[in-house]
Amino acid sequence: MRSSPLQKFIVAVLGWTVALLMFFPVAWMVLTSFKTEIDAVHSPPLLVFHPTLANFTHVIYLGNYLGALTNSVAISLGSTVLGLLIAMPAAYAMAFFPNRWTKDLLLWMLSTKMMPAVGVLMPIYLLCQRSGLLDTLSGLILVMMLSNLPIIVWMLYTFFKEVPGDIIEASRMDGAGVLAQLRVVLLPLAGPGIASTALLSIILSWNEAFWSINLTSVNAAPLTAFIATFSAPEGLFWAKLSAASTLAVAPILIFGWMTQRQLVRGLTFGAVK
Amino acid sequence: MTKPTTAPPHRKKLMHTWPLLTPTVGVLLLWAFVPLAMTLWFSFQRYNLVDPTISGFAGFNNYKFLLESPAFLLSIVNELVLVGAVLIITLVLGVAFAVLFDQEFFGRSVARLLVIAPFFVMPTVAALIWKNLLMDPVNGVFAFVARSLGFTPIDWFTNYPMAGVVMIVAWEWVPFATLILLTAMQSLDRQQVEAAKMDGARGPQILRYVILPHLARPMTIVLMMETIYLLAVFAEIFVTTSGGPGNATTTLTYLIYLRALVSFDVGGAAAGGVLAVILANIVALFLVRTVARNVDL
Repeated sequence: MRSSPLQKFIVAVLGWTVALLMFFPVAWMVLTSFKTEIDAVHSPPLLVFHPTLANFTHVIYLGNYLGALTNSVAISLGSTVLGLLIAMPAAYAMAFFPNRWTKDLLLWMLSTKMMPAVGVLMPIYLLCQRSGLLDTLSGLILVMMLSNLPIIVWMLYTFFKEVPGDIIEASRMDGAGVLAQLRVVLLPLAGPGIASTALLSIILSWNEAFWSINLTSVNAAPLTAFIATFSAPEGLFWAKLSAASTLAVAPILIFGWMTQRQLVRGLTFGAVK
Repeated sequence: MTKPTTAPPHRKKLMHTWPLLTPTVGVLLLWAFVPLAMTLWFSFQRYNLVDPTISGFAGFNNYKFLLESPAFLLSIVNELVLVGAVLIITLVLGVAFAVLFDQEFFGRSVARLLVIAPFFVMPTVAALIWKNLLMDPVNGVFAFVARSLGFTPIDWFTNYPMAGVVMIVAWEWVPFATLILLTAMQSLDRQQVEAAKMDGARGPQILRYVILPHLARPMTIVLMMETIYLLAVFAEIFVTTSGGPGNATTTLTYLIYLRALVSFDVGGAAAGGVLAVILANIVALFLVRTVARNVDL
């Protein structure tokens, strides 16, 4: 049964209305970032104005934006690379050489993700303080890696599971060691899966706000913490806030759009494909 | 549920997997148990970072103090209101959007990207953009719309602070529900829908008897994943209301943060932490079970 042109038209109008409403806050943020501070608070809101890049130059040259950006990049890349290195052998072992504990092991890993961060805020804070990791990149990389590790293992596991075990077996019979198997057989076959796991981990670390805000102050503060400083009344300049926000969100939004399909798998631990 | 082929028995003997598993299992064991044990220990201690004279065994006093303070009960209520309201909004809109974006229409793939965009916006950005650019009672877009329609603009964070926080958090999480339910919609048997239509079923009936049963499982997953994340909502409150006015938006998570890093009352914060862990574990128990049932391992 085909729907009539009228029905199609209504669906299109509805769909686009929903899409534009949901996207409006982001679009408005980007628009505001090109306004002067006076235009930004203008009432009624301005749709037509003289665009300016002053906010961006201000945020980049006068604020701590570049430092925060560097920290965000270092933390999300560092925790992702470290996480992949630790998780890959485990996912490989569980996907290709499962035993009777594999399922319990996977579920236990999942359950560690259920622990509310705030429940261990004080111990983690104190441990970081005592070991000199408070407000350092290493400390945040470590915490971020640990909090994403279960998701990384699970995602890799579901991707590895799709590689035919016989291929691995054949390469093993031909005398390939574990590293060679990973490099020659698994990486090419599960490459796209590993890439989307990496991207999800980067996205999650980039947007993480609880540990970022509570474990950093000046030196290691990433963008989430940097943006939070705009909440102080004296720091409230809408156009600059918008410019900083646009710069903070843009790269990760593009990553997110690229991986939307595989994302579902990671976010639901493979329960919805 | 079909089980994928597992390795034939002879392989296990050829391959010891524990060296590969040790790093992951080891660090996760440390991460899962050491801090938790410390929280438990602290919760029975008199321990304040700014006042070293406070020390010694506290028994259940930290718990007693917490449970007896009116802020605690309110924080639990706030937590439940926030989580409950956001769950209802995201599930209803998630189903609606999933059905909508499952239809073919002009530019659907672009529209879909726009809908899921909020999920990738970091919490601090989402909260500050909403609080200022949109919800400001004088210069915000909402105030402008309200005035244009002849209404008095609402001062969200003074009069309805929790509603304000709920709106922001729901906006961040609707895309998550949509994305997952939409993925699930794609495995819906189209012939079933066609057959229902042939039998004279109308839209609402198809939704009730074909689509909702199909989405029941992914909806449970969304419900529980979101609950875990929503119980931990922090940054949105931190940058908009700081828990106020009064204690109006102080959730359990935020209350513990205040005890921990504002009053540096380690014992009190730890007692709150233990209660938060128990709360989350009740949810987690159901989640892990559901995932265990639904996933091919």
